[in-house]
Amino acid sequence: MSFKFVFLWTDLALWALFTALAGYAWHVSRQPQLRATWAQALRDGATLGAGAVLAVFMLISALDSVHFRGALSATQGQAAGVTFYETRATSLLDLLLARPLQMRETSYSAPLATHALIQENFERNGVMVRDVPRLVYGGAHLSEPGRDWASDVLGRVAQGLIGGALLTLAASLALTAGVARGEGSLLARWRAVLGGRTRHPWRVPLLTLAAMALLAGPVVALMGHYHVLGTDRTGNDVLVQALKSVRTAFVIGTLSTLATVPLALGLGVLAGYFKGWVDEAVQYLYTVLTSVPNVLLIAACVLMVQVFLDTHADLFETGLERADLKMFLLCVILGLTGWATLCRLVRAETLKLRDLEFMQAAEAFGVPHLRTMLRHVVPNVMHLVLITTVLNFSDLILYEAVLTYVGVGVDPSLNSFGGMINLARSEMSGDPLVWWSFVAAFGFMLALVLAANLFADGVRDAFDPRARAFRPQRAAHKVP
Amino acid sequence: MTAYLLRRLWYALWILVGVNLLTFFLFFTVNTPDDMARLNIGGKRVTQEQIDKWKAERGYDRPLYWNAAESGSAKFTRTVLWERSVSLMALQFGRSDSARSVDIGYEVRTRMWVSLQLALPLFVLQLIISIGFSLLLVFFRHSRIDFWGVVLCVVMLSISSLFYIIVGQFLFSRVLRLVPISGYAGGLDAVRFLLLPVALSLLSRLGSESRLYRAMFLEEIGRDYVRTARAKGLSELRVLGRHVLRNALIPIITSAGSYLPYVFLGSLVFESFFGIPGLGAFVIEAISGQDFAIVRTMVFLSALLYIASNLLIDLMYSWVDPRVRLA
Repeated sequence: MSFKFVFLWTDLALWALFTALAGYAWHVSRQPQLRATWAQALRDGATLGAGAVLAVFMLISALDSVHFRGALSATQGQAAGVTFYETRATSLLDLLLARPLQMRETSYSAPLATHALIQENFERNGVMVRDVPRLVYGGAHLSEPGRDWASDVLGRVAQGLIGGALLTLAASLALTAGVARGEGSLLARWRAVLGGRTRHPWRVPLLTLAAMALLAGPVVALMGHYHVLGTDRTGNDVLVQALKSVRTAFVIGTLSTLATVPLALGLGVLAGYFKGWVDEAVQYLYTVLTSVPNVLLIAACVLMVQVFLDTHADLFETGLERADLKMFLLCVILGLTGWATLCRLVRAETLKLRDLEFMQAAEAFGVPHLRTMLRHVVPNVMHLVLITTVLNFSDLILYEAVLTYVGVGVDPSLNSFGGMINLARSEMSGDPLVWWSFVAAFGFMLALVLAANLFADGVRDAFDPRARAFRPQRAAHKVP
Repeated sequence: MTAYLLRRLWYALWILVGVNLLTFFLFFTVNTPDDMARLNIGGKRVTQEQIDKWKAERGYDRPLYWNAAESGSAKFTRTVLWERSVSLMALQFGRSDSARSVDIGYEVRTRMWVSLQLALPLFVLQLIISIGFSLLLVFFRHSRIDFWGVVLCVVMLSISSLFYIIVGQFLFSRVLRLVPISGYAGGLDAVRFLLLPVALSLLSRLGSESRLYRAMFLEEIGRDYVRTARAKGLSELRVLGRHVLRNALIPIITSAGSYLPYVFLGSLVFESFFGIPGLGAFVIEAISGQDFAIVRTMVFLSALLYIASNLLIDLMYSWVDPRVRLA
């Protein structure tokens, strides 16, 4: 089967980001000081555990960021050598989820249900009855749902748990082989990791991974035969929607903060370095920007983008590309409207740096301004950029939900947590009560945001010792 | 003091001009009035006559920045930019763009009080409860209570405010039937409608605020004057309540003050979720109805409030801490 890749804007940006992250990791490994700081951040159990959760979410969004369009089989009368492609772009994640994506019911059904939620009129054994019909896919393999359902579900859960346990075991061995090299046999090191006697508390991310594997195992085992988290009004699997929403949240969280960096860093360094009228101008700019409530400014910009997209229909081929371009522009807008905070921090830090001896030395040697800024100022304010970026990540994910609710967020055709909450709102007040979309959105979002917050706190701790006051503190002897 | 005030006001004027230029650029140059007309009239086929009529009705039929047809100073003044800016600066908001063109000034004046009813008690209660909770954590610092308190804060700030609203409405309005789900009534009845939004809004911000204030208190607690106060033999409660609290007020005022504009503007999400006809809900309606005149007015108004509240915060500094000189 032939196919062609679809390069969405956010895909490209995300992959560029992943490459940059790899580059940064390489950079850290070569710089002793940075390495020490990161090592300190990773000595904290909560940070490592949160990192493990984030890594899993990152994997999901990476899988969901490779898009392609499969070729349609040739029809009669079609010119040779010309292939047409499907109108829908598919991602790698869609391929993995092909079965649950295809299991489309007609309407609501509860988690793991075999019957629909809402009664319908239909014919049974030649008689018209009003009852809840069997689902087309959910539990369709059971001939007698009332009798077989419990044993079937339990059996699959057990299988999944065993699978998850095996995966955990493999992961723990792989981790042991990877870390703490050269300290006795593999078995001894494995016991050291599990016993928490390693320098970094590898036990914590391992336990986190184990929890996730034991949760995911049964889900995977059930997924092809049931709707683990039920279906929504149009009969789509809620779990699939939640998994697809991860990418949206991830894109908004990362790209929007990254979009703030060039402006904030550039203008902040310029203002702090040159002082005088440059400083005044930059301060004026960000005061104007912060004077307007962010939501309003974003709403104004998004309304503009909407009109722009309506008048430039030639920029995209499929609906997905349009929705994606809109999301990309939303990230840019969030970046253009949100650089003031970081800029203020960078400016203050640059003002402080400017009076230090090494800067005076650079000036005395006649180093050009641009070179001084790039070599001496920027590396010394990068920790602020890093801290702000990781702290903003979780805020933006929460913000996306609000923006989507207001109607200026992500396109409704894309899966997003905001969209799920929006639908869940009416479902939670309707009758019969449909709680599963709400619970799914809540669970996934809490896991993602909490992990991001814990990770950000750990990073902030290591890079800015004064911020330690934000973290929970136990008795003094726990602090190394 | 007078010179300081005058200087601040002069700067504020330029900020307002900047805000106005920014929004004008966004609304009129990125999209021309023709685009707006097309969007507002709707439909696929919109004739140029319809557009011209729409623009003429709303006074958008002049050139945007420079009117070459006029002479003298009228080249500046007979333009959309000048007319719109001057009327905004004079707080004459005019009518909205949509077909059901409402008087924006009237709406703002009536809805402001509704927003105020929701936001003012919220603001005061928020300060009291967050400070109280964080002082409690600081009092029990390095103990289990503190540890789990901060963990609770982190979990709470990781939950979207939308979840608080949905669960709250479900629990208190649907299951327990204590308060109405949404809506609003004037007079004393308003209390019944405002109780739940205020409580939920408090809860949704408690985590982040308490953690922030706790960090501020902890920073103060390492200072020398605290040691002196303890050496004098003051009780821990007295040290915290009288000395630490007072000195931590400056950063607290700064962070709480950033919410001041919303005391008037109301909360977009809470107002529209609970059907409270305040300014926040007004903005949401305007955004979904793509009514640019209302959005532009609200942007301007909120910038005005932001500047005013910043000035107020700076004046508060010198009241809280006499060492701060305004100059």
